Amino acid sequence: MVMEKVDLNLVYKRPESLATATTHYCPGCTHGTAHRLVAEVLDEMGVREKTIGVAPVGCSVFAYDYFNHDYVEAAHGRAPAMATGIKRVRPENTVYAYQGDGDLASIGMAEIVHAAIRGENITVIFVNNAIYGMTGGQMAPTTLPGMKTTSSPNGRDVEDAGYPIRMSEMLATIDGASYVVRRSLHNPANIRKAKKAIRKAFEVQERGLGFSIVELLSSCPTNWKLTPVQALNFIEEQMVPYFPLEDFKVMPEVKAIRV
Amino acid sequence: MALKGTIEVDPMHCKGCSLCVEACPQNVIALDMEQLTPKGYHPAHLIAEGCTGCVICAIVCPDAAITVYREAKKKKTR
Amino acid sequence: MAKELLKGNEAFAEAAVRAGLEGFFGYPITPSTEFLEYMAKRMPSVGRAFVQAESEVAAINMVYGAACAGKRTMTATSSPGLSLMGEALSYIAGTEVPAVVANVMRGGPGLGNIAPSQGDYNQMVKGGGHGDYFPIVLAPASVQEAIDYITLAFDLADKYRSLVFVAVDGNLGQMMEPAELPPMRELPEKPPEWAAYGAKDREPNRLSSIYIDAPEEEVANVRFVKQWIEIEKNEVIYKEYDLDDAEIAVISFGVAGRVCSSAVRVAREEGIKVGLFRPITLAPFPKKEIAELSKRVRRILVVEMNSGMMLEDVKQAVAGRAPIEFYGRMGGMTPFPDEILDEIRRVDQSDEEIADGMERIEWLERLEERIERGE
Repeated sequence: MVMEKVDLNLVYKRPESLATATTHYCPGCTHGTAHRLVAEVLDEMGVREKTIGVAPVGCSVFAYDYFNHDYVEAAHGRAPAMATGIKRVRPENTVYAYQGDGDLASIGMAEIVHAAIRGENITVIFVNNAIYGMTGGQMAPTTLPGMKTTSSPNGRDVEDAGYPIRMSEMLATIDGASYVVRRSLHNPANIRKAKKAIRKAFEVQERGLGFSIVELLSSCPTNWKLTPVQALNFIEEQMVPYFPLEDFKVMPEVKAIRV
Repeated sequence: MALKGTIEVDPMHCKGCSLCVEACPQNVIALDMEQLTPKGYHPAHLIAEGCTGCVICAIVCPDAAITVYREAKKKKTR
Repeated sequence: MAKELLKGNEAFAEAAVRAGLEGFFGYPITPSTEFLEYMAKRMPSVGRAFVQAESEVAAINMVYGAACAGKRTMTATSSPGLSLMGEALSYIAGTEVPAVVANVMRGGPGLGNIAPSQGDYNQMVKGGGHGDYFPIVLAPASVQEAIDYITLAFDLADKYRSLVFVAVDGNLGQMMEPAELPPMRELPEKPPEWAAYGAKDREPNRLSSIYIDAPEEEVANVRFVKQWIEIEKNEVIYKEYDLDDAEIAVISFGVAGRVCSSAVRVAREEGIKVGLFRPITLAPFPKKEIAELSKRVRRILVVEMNSGMMLEDVKQAVAGRAPIEFYGRMGGMTPFPDEILDEIRRVDQSDEEIADGMERIEWLERLEERIERGE
């Protein structure tokens, strides 16, 4: 008699570079997705044991509890400076800064620009959800025109608060930047592309090719007052038109990297 | 015929956000309204046959709560 | 090693390199800039890290990073730059990582000027940043002392996982004196086990000053206070000159202390029984020693280049046992030995009680007269 035996292959499991701790992020918040992608990349590159992460101030202030590698907590906006200090004295380690839009584009504007100017051999993961989550939903430098937040209750008035800043476009003008791209986390296809970009960014560091940053359009369901699914649609329909998903700076040596 | 797959959802990590429900191309995931995780969420679970182990749910899951399996090709044994 | 003529800031910088400094991060600000410029040449020459940061804010955060990575690190700045560093100083203390900050004090407040002062005493001794923490503050008065105490600063920083200030003033930074540098230390083979250097074969190290639950924060705060009590017990440093039979004690630190020692020497020649007590650790402050001293002397004269900051710590230690007079120059003015000599002579002749606060009022009268005379 012929018997049929069915084996199950493991196709995907939680990456080792993620700690077992449950995150405090809201349901559907794409910080979790970004964390997961970074962890997957660190696993695939086999660099977990030499990685040092720098956590920002913002919703991801406890990022150090969510990853399974050494982590330090920076003052608000100063992660690129802290990462510089670490990488300069420990160039053999993999050092990355993980930042939100207030941390990177508001209070930390000088630090990110100058880390790029100096071409620091670090990787920056920039989570852009156009709002300040941790402090309860205030306007961010990347908040869209007309977007209502607790500090722009009638919608962002560009006459008063100016236009949102496109960080990737700006950083790409800096000679010291080697890899500056914007991706999005709003659907599986874009998440796959985001992961590739994150992998490339860490390869830039691994190969000593300079400063890399991946801007990730992300959601904030709670402060956008949308469901998680609606929030992803908001990214696609409202944010992507303003923050195009492109490669803004790719040095020739970086172009040659195949991931 | 598509390979069969299956998923395990970790109740400690699932926050019932529904992104996997929305993303599943086979529409075989839903939130289990009869269950609550220890954190008080309705966890995602398979509600029908048809999972192909495509991993898309795990790709969208912000909490890395999903483990995905796929059947190997069937073996015949005597 | 033989003595050579060494110039202030450069000698201090070299001392730091020899003490095993592996990361210097700074921003130019007069009168500390020579530190930065010396480090710009020296650190790369020994294969170590140097960055001119975009601001003092960035510089101190680079120091914070390198400190978390378990490497000896420092910055050098001057008063306005120190103000910018406040937040990160608090983070460094709260995260319990070692770091050394040299502050070359200048006239202020505000932008002030680039002339020497001691106006940052309170700022450093009280921490420089927010919250409950206790940095060690060392105040050298000569090029040799600065070399010795910068070296000690790194050892103390590591020993206690603490922030250590070295308070220099513009005079000292620019002085050229015979001094001896220590030999070059070997760098440690292994990082400290608490540091962030890669979680190989161990659980990850997570360095943060966050204790989101107040009860847990309080446990940390208790630890900080207990450690400070240990430091107070073990690390007080001071120097005494001619105090054995003194009737008058001059108490002064740094370059002001040095000027006082000249005046004290001349006063002794005139037969005045005066001596000098010079704190070297401004924190931990030599409270016990000054308390003992106040039992033996008739009168005390505090001399500082500020409006009377160490004065308050002296008052507390003396606790009314002896009258305390005050003489200060501010805004970048350095007192001359003859001014102090005048003061010592005046104090020697005086035996009135001084009500709290009158020491300043009377000093201001005398100071304004001096200023009027163009002194």
